[in-house]
This record gives sequence, C-alpha cells and structure tokens, in this order.
Amino acid sequence: MTTVKELETYAQNTWCPGCGNFGILNSIRKVLVDLEEEGLDLKKLVLASGIGNHAKIVDYIKVNSFYSIHGRVPPPITGIKLANPDLVVIGHAGDGDAYGEGIEHLIFSAKRNIDVTFIVHNNQVYGLTTGQFTPTSPAGFKGRSTPGGSPEEPLNPIELMLSSGATFVARGFSDKPKHLQLLMKAAVKHQGFAFIDVLQPCFTFFNTYDFYNQRVYELTDKAHDSSDREAAFARAGEWAYGEGERIPIGIFYQVTKPTYDEKLLKGRIPVNLKPVNIRSILEKHI
Amino acid sequence: MEELSILIGGKAGDGIRQAGQTLARLLNRFGYRIFFYDDYPSLIRGGHNFSIIRASKKKIQAHKEKVDLIAALNQDTVEKHKHRLNPGGVILYDSKKVEAQGVGIDFMGLVKESEGAPIMRNTAALGALAKVLNIEWEMLERVIKDTIEKAVDLNLKIAQSAYNQVEKACLSVRNLNQKMLPLVSGNEAIALGAVQAGLNMYIAYPMTPASAILHYLAEHEDDLGVVTIHPESEIGVALMALGAAYAGARTMVGTSGGGFALMTEALSLSGQGEIPIVFIVSQRPGPGTGVPTYTMQGDLSFVIHSGHGEFAKLVLAPGDAEEAFYLTGLAMNLAWKLQIPCFVLSDKHLSESIFSFDADPDKVKPEDPLLWDGQGEYKRYLDTQNGISPLAFPGNPAAMVKATSYEHDEYGITTEESEQIVRMQKKRLRKKKTMEDELARYEQVKVYGDPESKTVLLCWGSTKGACIEVAEELGLKVVQPLVLEPLPIEPLKKALSGADKIIDIEVNTTGQLAKHVSAYGICIDDMILRFDGRPFTVDFLLEKVKEVLS
Repeated sequence: MTTVKELETYAQNTWCPGCGNFGILNSIRKVLVDLEEEGLDLKKLVLASGIGNHAKIVDYIKVNSFYSIHGRVPPPITGIKLANPDLVVIGHAGDGDAYGEGIEHLIFSAKRNIDVTFIVHNNQVYGLTTGQFTPTSPAGFKGRSTPGGSPEEPLNPIELMLSSGATFVARGFSDKPKHLQLLMKAAVKHQGFAFIDVLQPCFTFFNTYDFYNQRVYELTDKAHDSSDREAAFARAGEWAYGEGERIPIGIFYQVTKPTYDEKLLKGRIPVNLKPVNIRSILEKHI
Repeated sequence: MEELSILIGGKAGDGIRQAGQTLARLLNRFGYRIFFYDDYPSLIRGGHNFSIIRASKKKIQAHKEKVDLIAALNQDTVEKHKHRLNPGGVILYDSKKVEAQGVGIDFMGLVKESEGAPIMRNTAALGALAKVLNIEWEMLERVIKDTIEKAVDLNLKIAQSAYNQVEKACLSVRNLNQKMLPLVSGNEAIALGAVQAGLNMYIAYPMTPASAILHYLAEHEDDLGVVTIHPESEIGVALMALGAAYAGARTMVGTSGGGFALMTEALSLSGQGEIPIVFIVSQRPGPGTGVPTYTMQGDLSFVIHSGHGEFAKLVLAPGDAEEAFYLTGLAMNLAWKLQIPCFVLSDKHLSESIFSFDADPDKVKPEDPLLWDGQGEYKRYLDTQNGISPLAFPGNPAAMVKATSYEHDEYGITTEESEQIVRMQKKRLRKKKTMEDELARYEQVKVYGDPESKTVLLCWGSTKGACIEVAEELGLKVVQPLVLEPLPIEPLKKALSGADKIIDIEVNTTGQLAKHVSAYGICIDDMILRFDGRPFTVDFLLEKVKEVLS
C-alpha cells in the first residue's frame, strides 16, 4: 500500500507559505491513500490540472497526470474517460480556469454527466498572474486590472452547476481538511459528474482565512436533504460569493443518473477497439 | 459514348444531390469512371443547387464546364446553364414548371398521380434521364432498390412512369466492360483511410465542408469500430482528442479553417506534450465565415505556420479520393510513430466531390508506435537519439505517465532550468529529421503528363485532376507535392529539374504554394489563380493555360 509520503515527487513546491492549496494537496493525497486501501488501483488514476497555482498540484503527486492549459481541464479528462472508462479521473482547476476561460466545458461536463471528479481551487483571485479579479471575486474587488474595483457581480458556481445538471455538487474549505476529505472521497465514488468548489484563501493576494472561518458551517444530513434540488438551490443562495453571514459547506446535491460514458460507449472501450476491414463497406458504395 | 457529362439542377430541397448520386451510381454500373461535382449555396430551402456527373471510360478527377445533358427541375437551371450545352446536347425539364427546348415531362404531375411527396420529382427526373440515356429500365430499378431506403415501391412507380413518358433515347450509354469501382467522396475516403490505420475515436464539431466525415463515421460507427463524439466546440474537440490520445486511443478531428483557428491552442499543446493527433482541415473560402459551401485553397500558409512555439508537424495534401485514403492512413501512422500533430489538408472540392475509388485497402494498416518495454523506470519524455520517447498509457501497472503543456524534464515534471529547456527543445526538434527520414520511404511528389516537357504545371490538392487533363491535352508535365510540410525539397527539385517554365496553379488569391516553394529557391514563372469559390474545370483551365503559353 502506498503511503502519503510515497505520493510525493521530487518537484520543489513553489506555493507561498500559508497558501490554501496546501490544504487541498494534503487532502487529496490522503484521500488517494484511503481509496487505495478500499481497493482503488492508483495506476488507473489520472489527475489533471489547468494553468495557475492550483495546477502545480500534478507535479506534486506521484500518479499519472495530464497538465493541460488554461481553462481546458474538462475536455481532456472527458477524452481520457471516454477512451478508457476503466480509468478513474480527477480534474483540478482554478476559478479563473473553470469559471472564466473554460466555463463552456464545465457546463457541458455537468450537462453530460461524464463520470469524473472536478475540484475547483477557488481563491477568488488570479494568483500566478499576480492579483487580478476572477469570475468569483466579490463586486468591487480591487485587483491590478481593476484598481477602481471590479464592476462585475460574482458568479455563483454552485447555482451554475445545479442548473447545468451536475449530479454531485459540493463546496469545501481548504482549512477544514477532514471535512474536505470526506467530500473528495464521496465525489470520487460518485458515478457521474462530481463537482467540488473548494474555498481556498490566497495568502498573498486575497487572504480570506478569517472571513471564511467566521462564516462557514457544515451542511448535515439532518438539516439538509441533498436529494432535494430546490433545497440545494436555497442553500446555494445563502451566500453569493460576496458579502454574507453564513457560508454552507458540504454536499448540496447528489442524485444518480446514467453517465455520459455509459450512454455514449454502450460497453465499448475505445483503446481496445480493433480495426475492421473496410472491404465490405466499400462494396456498398458500388 | 465513352464520355458524357450531365448537369442536374433545381432549388435546395429538391433532392438534387441525391438524384445526381443515384445517376452516378447507375452510370458506374456500366463500367464508367465517375467524377461528381456538387454546387450548392449555404441554405436549406430555395437558392440554386446543381450537380455535374461526368462519366468517362478513362480515370478522371475533374469535371468540365460543358455538358451533354441538362435535367432542369426549375427555370433557373435552364437560364444559368444552357450555355454549357455541347452541340447535340439535350435539356430534359419539368414541363409544367420550366420553359425550354428539349424533352419536357410533367414530373410534378406524375408525382401527384402516384400520390408521392413533392421531393419525388427528383425520382421522376431520374426515370426520365435513364430513358434519355437509353438505359434499360431493369438497370435503373436495381440501382433505385440499392440506393433508396424509404418508400421504394412508390419511388419505383414514379420513376417508371417518367421513364415511359420519354418517347425515345437521345444519347446512348453502353456497357464499357470495365470493373465497377466503389464511388467514394473525399470525406468518405478520409474516414476510411483513418479507420484502416486504426482510428478509435473521431471527434468533431459540425463545419462545412468537413461535416460529412462526422456524419459518415457516426452512421457506420458499429461497422467501422469507431466511437464518434460531437462536443461543445472546436476547442473542446481538440482538447478532448488529446486526452483520449494520452489514454491510448487513436484519435482524429476534422473541421474547416474557422474551426481550426479555435484548435490552434490545443495544437501547440500537442507539440509540447508530444501527443499524437490527426487534424483534417477542409478548406473553404475565407476570411471570416467567407463562402461556407464553396471551395478554396486559402489556408495552406495558415496551417503550415499554425500553433505558437516551435515544433514539428506534418501537412499532407491529397488531390483525389485515393490519395485522401492513403494519406490519411499515413497521417495517422506517423502521428503515432513520431508523437506529433499530423494534418490532412483538404478542401470543399476534394471533400464533397465523388470519385471512382481504386485504392487497395490492404496498403493501409495500423503501424505500431514505439511502446515502452517495461524496463526500468518509465520516463514519458526520455531523451533519445531520434527524439522519440517510448509510449506508455495510464493504467500500465509499471508506469507513471505524466503528460504536460509546460516545459518539463524527462519524467514530465515542470522545469524552468535553461539546460533542461535546451535539451527538450532539441529533443523535439530532432523529430523533424526523424520525420524526414520516415517520409523518404514514401512517394512525396507526383509527376503526371509528359515527363520530358519543359513546361510544368505545379499544383497541390484538388486542382490536380484538371491539371492532369490539361497537361495531357497540351503535352505538359504536372508536378504535385503530396507533402507540404516539411516540404520535400529534393524530390520536388528533381521533379522540376529541366523545366524552363513553371506555371503555378492554385485556388487562392496569392499563390501560397508558390510563396512556400520560393523560400527554397524554386522560382515560379507564371501563376493561374482562381478564387471565386469554384474549382478549376478542365476546359476552363485549358483556356487559361493556353493564354499563358501564347
């Protein structure tokens, strides 16, 4: 069995001390080790990432990975899963990636219910390009591209994913790793598109540790029925990524539906498909 | 007759292409070689559509302006095309809708009599055409049964009543006693070539004139053993294909210039990540939306120079269905052998025209890429002498496979160290030499016409058919490079040696091939360019070449 330590690579970690990404990195490593104990073959696991500080995560974990380009995590992970549905695929993306550059792909992943996990490292700021507003930055956010304050209202990704047809919609907080690990594990086990928006403070450009710690509360089965879409929307509306008193974290919504890969492939495994002879097809052209 | 051309025209929604294809099939059964050209505007109802079916005893890959028979389902067809009629030519027309001299049959009346749908006028036209061509009813009956899927009896009834209305034949088709060949469009040949080279997944967003590749593969998915996907956008298409290839699936994407513009980001990732992918780019007139359903060779420079950063790519340009088949197979095999992006550059004229297809399917088969032998620790980007790193795929119990868009070390971990950057840039560049060595095994430049002639028609892609016939008529030589990047300098210079006049023939505004070869010291003496969205026909080009030579 692999240990958390053994999942580390020799790559030098270049995140700022205090970066919320550490909470996500440590959690996913722990979750992978736990899942392996429960029977997951880590050689069949593929991690993917976009571009930004979040994306370095694939350099830091010793498993198969696809380090994609900005905004383009959903398409390659969809391609990987469709080419070989035996693989277990987890995509990581930043909020700029997922909700800005590549939002069309995210919406379609949810619409299709492709069986992958998608984890957004949402720090509400572009870190690697040194501090500009993102699609989830609060209105009035003063960044280097909006020194007078962002004129845009933030997007609510939880509502977006519920509207788009995602079958697993959750929010985590990088400073609550135990809770986050439960979410990640449930997401990987979920059959269908599993989405987690992880609130992740950027220590350097947008430090939200105190803000979140004062406001987050965990959704419990007792207080929230995650199979109820209306209730999920109501919880999602409690906080719109700007001001607000209470921020729910946990599983907003989870239902089981047929997955895109099942419906499209109908049992076929493209990487194992054997070529056919086209002579009989050509005869139909005479 | 050993050669004849028939034009069938009407408005969009009249089923012109289908009637034309059935007619082509009918002539094919007599051993004729076929070239089928389809001309239609970008709309669903109205407008003016026509198809030209040219049938000949000899192999042909182009059509002519002039025709022997016009079948007119509307007045436009007569007005726009009557100047095309050869002496002795005939117009067959729908007598209640069209005024013309020739053979008038009340197609609509016959359809109504049989209680058919208005579109079945095309079947009536087909029945009348067969009689005009002196073809036995039984032959047409068989072809209709083989071709039409719905309401076969009704269609047969309408065709036969139209057949019987024609009093006498005007032209005479006879059996040429040649082997019947499959009729295959350029797009179908591309699809079949890819399948034969082991295609697993075809991913595309609809865009004319490449859409028919998607339609054909989707329709025959199970027979061909291919999975087809239509994603959200061309950006999604290309990235999805790279993910699938990383997982080990042989993958191809297809589009036209505008769609390919969106894929260039992924193309560059394929260069850095060394992920095999085949791009089909079927050109149409640009810039912008341009003229969606017409033809142009305007994207050669764009494709050759596409993608940011420097990396090896292969661009192949077939000129007919057989080349489309072989070269798509080659593109697939070399994409995997070299782990690079490979292109098949087509255009509307090649993609949507239909050819008598005489390729040998067994000449294309999936060739294995260099696979990891399982020894030692796997390095996805192992630095090797020829630049090719052995492939392994996720799921391999002994390998950790890390693909990346970042500059990286041999394991695929990000690096910004100068030595590592230089090493990896050089490793990737070495693949260009490996590619050139590999290509040397194949015919890269074709020569037609009189090999001794000092006048050369230089062409690429779909213009070859017209060029060959003009050269045969005038005793000239044709040189057609099949590989456009990396340009096969030596074979090309050899093919052009001894020429004292090189006439470059292209369907674009600036002569992009001429510009491309001039960088290697090949000087063009004259250019004949057409850029009205229409392809060169044999007789049109003949006049142009004569003007240049006079």
